[in-house]
Amino acid sequence: MSTAPPPDDPGGPDPTGGSGDSGDSGDSGDDSGGGGPGRTRQTPAPRPPGPRARPARLFRTLYGESPFHLLALLASFALCGYAADRLLQGDWWAITEWFVGAALIHDLVLVPLYGGADWLLHRGVGKWGRAAPPDGPERSDPRIAVVNHIRVPAFLSLLLLLVYWPSIAQRAGGYYAATTRLDASAFLPRWLLVTAVLFAASGLLFALRRWRAAARTRRAGPTQE
Amino acid sequence: MNVPRRPPRSAWRSPWRSPLRGPWLTSVFGLVLLCGLPLLFLTGLLSYAAYNPDLSPVNDKTPAKGLLGFYLFSWPTHPYWLYRVNQGVHVTLGIVLVPVLLAKLWSVIPKLFALPPVRSLGHALDRLSLLLLVGGALFEFLTGLLNVQLDYVFPGSFYPLHFYGAWVFFGAFLAHVALRLPRMLRALRSLDLRAELRTPTSRTRPEPRDDSGLVATAPAAPTMSRRGALGMVGLGSLTLLVVTAGQSIGGPWRRTAVLAPRGRNPGTGPDGFQINKTAASVHLDDRDLGAAWRLTVAAGDRHVTLTLGELQAMTQYRSALPIACVEGWSTQDQAWEGVRLRDLARLVGHATDPPGVFVQSVQRSGSFRAVALRANQVRDPRALLALRVNGAPLSLDHGYPARVIVPNAPGVMNTKWVGRLTFGATDFGSPA
Repeated sequence: MSTAPPPDDPGGPDPTGGSGDSGDSGDSGDDSGGGGPGRTRQTPAPRPPGPRARPARLFRTLYGESPFHLLALLASFALCGYAADRLLQGDWWAITEWFVGAALIHDLVLVPLYGGADWLLHRGVGKWGRAAPPDGPERSDPRIAVVNHIRVPAFLSLLLLLVYWPSIAQRAGGYYAATTRLDASAFLPRWLLVTAVLFAASGLLFALRRWRAAARTRRAGPTQE
Repeated sequence: MNVPRRPPRSAWRSPWRSPLRGPWLTSVFGLVLLCGLPLLFLTGLLSYAAYNPDLSPVNDKTPAKGLLGFYLFSWPTHPYWLYRVNQGVHVTLGIVLVPVLLAKLWSVIPKLFALPPVRSLGHALDRLSLLLLVGGALFEFLTGLLNVQLDYVFPGSFYPLHFYGAWVFFGAFLAHVALRLPRMLRALRSLDLRAELRTPTSRTRPEPRDDSGLVATAPAAPTMSRRGALGMVGLGSLTLLVVTAGQSIGGPWRRTAVLAPRGRNPGTGPDGFQINKTAASVHLDDRDLGAAWRLTVAAGDRHVTLTLGELQAMTQYRSALPIACVEGWSTQDQAWEGVRLRDLARLVGHATDPPGVFVQSVQRSGSFRAVALRANQVRDPRALLALRVNGAPLSLDHGYPARVIVPNAPGVMNTKWVGRLTFGATDFGSPA
C-alpha cells in the first residue's frame, strides 16, 4: 500500500490540468526543487487574464514566489533582526561563528561522519558474511539484519555520546566536582556500560529472531513439500 | 505514478540515495518539532519571567531585551512547583528532541546542495531564513546542552546568548511554519501512518516523486523501513529520556538518570540533596560564616543586626519546598525551618503588607550573590529565611547560617549565606 499514489497529490502528472492549488498562494512558499523553468507552470494558462492577474504574474516573475512569501519573510526578518542585534552585542564575531557553525555542523560534519561509518559498516558486514538464502519471501537479506542490529545500538550509543560529550569527556574539569560535590569521572564508565548493555540487548534480540526464523522454516518445511 | 516532468539536468547522480527520504517522512519529524519546539520556547520565556527581571537590574541578565520582554509579569508563588516542572520540561524535552531535530536535518539534506543554489530573489531570502532557522535551533540546543553540563565554552554569558538566540530562532520558525505548514499537512496525508508502521524493509518503496527535491532520483535498495527509521529515532528519544528525566523527578528516580549532570546525590542525611555551588567554590569559610556572622535587616533608615541565636529565638515556621535549577535538575520537597520573611520585615517597621526585599549574600563574587524579591514573594507565608533543613542546621554548602527559600522561585533566587535584607530596596545602595 505504501506505493499507492497519494489521493491528493499536489504535483499531478497533468501539467495542463490547472492543478488545484495553483491559485493557493498560501503554500507557494514551497521550496520547489523543480528548477527555475518549472516555476512557470504555476501560472495557469487557462485562467482568463483578469485585471489583477498581470501584476501578480509580474511579481512572481521578478521575485520567484508569492507576495505572501515575501510578506512572511519580511515580518520574520524584522523579529530576527531585532533579536540578532541584541544577540551580537557581545563578541559579535565569535557569536556569528557559533551561529553559522551550528547551522552547518550537522550537514557538513556529522553527516560525513555517520554516513561514512554506516558505509564502512555495510562494507564490513558484506565482506564478513555471504548472503544466506532468504528465510522466506517476506524476509530481507540477513546481512541487512546484521547491519541493523549493529546500527541501532551504535546510533543510540553515539547519540548519548553526542548529547553528554561535555560530561563524558569531563570538559568542565574540576569545576563540576568543586561546585556540586559530585564525581565527574563517573560519566565515562557509565556511558561505556550503557553502550555494552545496548549492544548486548541488540545481540540477544538478533539471536532470538534468528532462532525464531529458523524454527519457523523448520515447521514450514514439511508442509510445503 | 508521478513521472518527473523533465528529465534530470545531466547524468550527475545525486549522492543522496536513501529510499526513505521524502516529504512524508520529513513532515512526520516536522510535526513532532512543530509540537515540541514551541513548548521549549514557551517554557524558556516562563523561565526568564521567573527571575522577575523587570524588578531589578541584578535579576536581569538581558537588560537590552527591549520589546522582547513585552510579556513579563510578576512571577507568582503559586503553585510552588511550577518553576520546577517548567525547567524539568524545558531541559528534558530539549534533550529528548535532539534525535528528532537531527533526523529532520538528515531528511532535508539534499536541499542544502540543491542546484542552482539560488533560483530567484524569493529563493535567496528563503535560504537566508533557513540559515536563521537551522542555525538558531542548533545554537539553542548547543548552548543549552553545554550550559547544563557546566561547560561554558560558548562566547559570552549563557543568559543573553540563549535568550536572544531563542528569539532569532523563533522569528525564523514562525515564517517556516507559515510557509511550509500547508505542504506539511498535504505530505502527512500522502501516506497512511498505520500502513507505514506495518511495512517491513522488504516492502519499503520510495515516496512518489514530486517537486519537493527530497525523494531520491536514483534510490538505493532499502536497508531499513520507515517504521524502522521512526522507531530508531523514537528509541533515541526514549533512551535520552530514561538517562535524563530522573534528575528532575528526584527521589529514587534520580539514580536512573545515569548520564544526567545531577543523576546522583552528593551525600546522604538531611543535607544530602543537590548543591548548586559549594561554599568552597565561592571562597566562603568559617571566617565569614562562623561566630562573627551577623544578619542586617534594614528598611529606609532603620536597621537591626541579629545574631544566629537571636534569629533562632524568633518564631520558627516550616515549609516543604524544592530546590529547582535553571539547568533543569531539581530536588523533591525539603523540610525547611526558619523565620518568615514578613516577620523580619516587621522588625524594621513593615508591620503589614511588607514591600519587596533586596537580599545580599556575604559572598563577595559570582552572579546572583544579590537578588531582588517582589512583595508577593515576601508576603507568602511559606517564604522563609531558613536556618534548618530536614531537621538539622543548614550545612555550609546549603547556605549556613541562613538562606532564603521562596516558593516557586528559581534556585539561584534562594540566596545562600545571607548577610543583609533590605526591605523596599531593589538594588545595591538604592533608596529604600
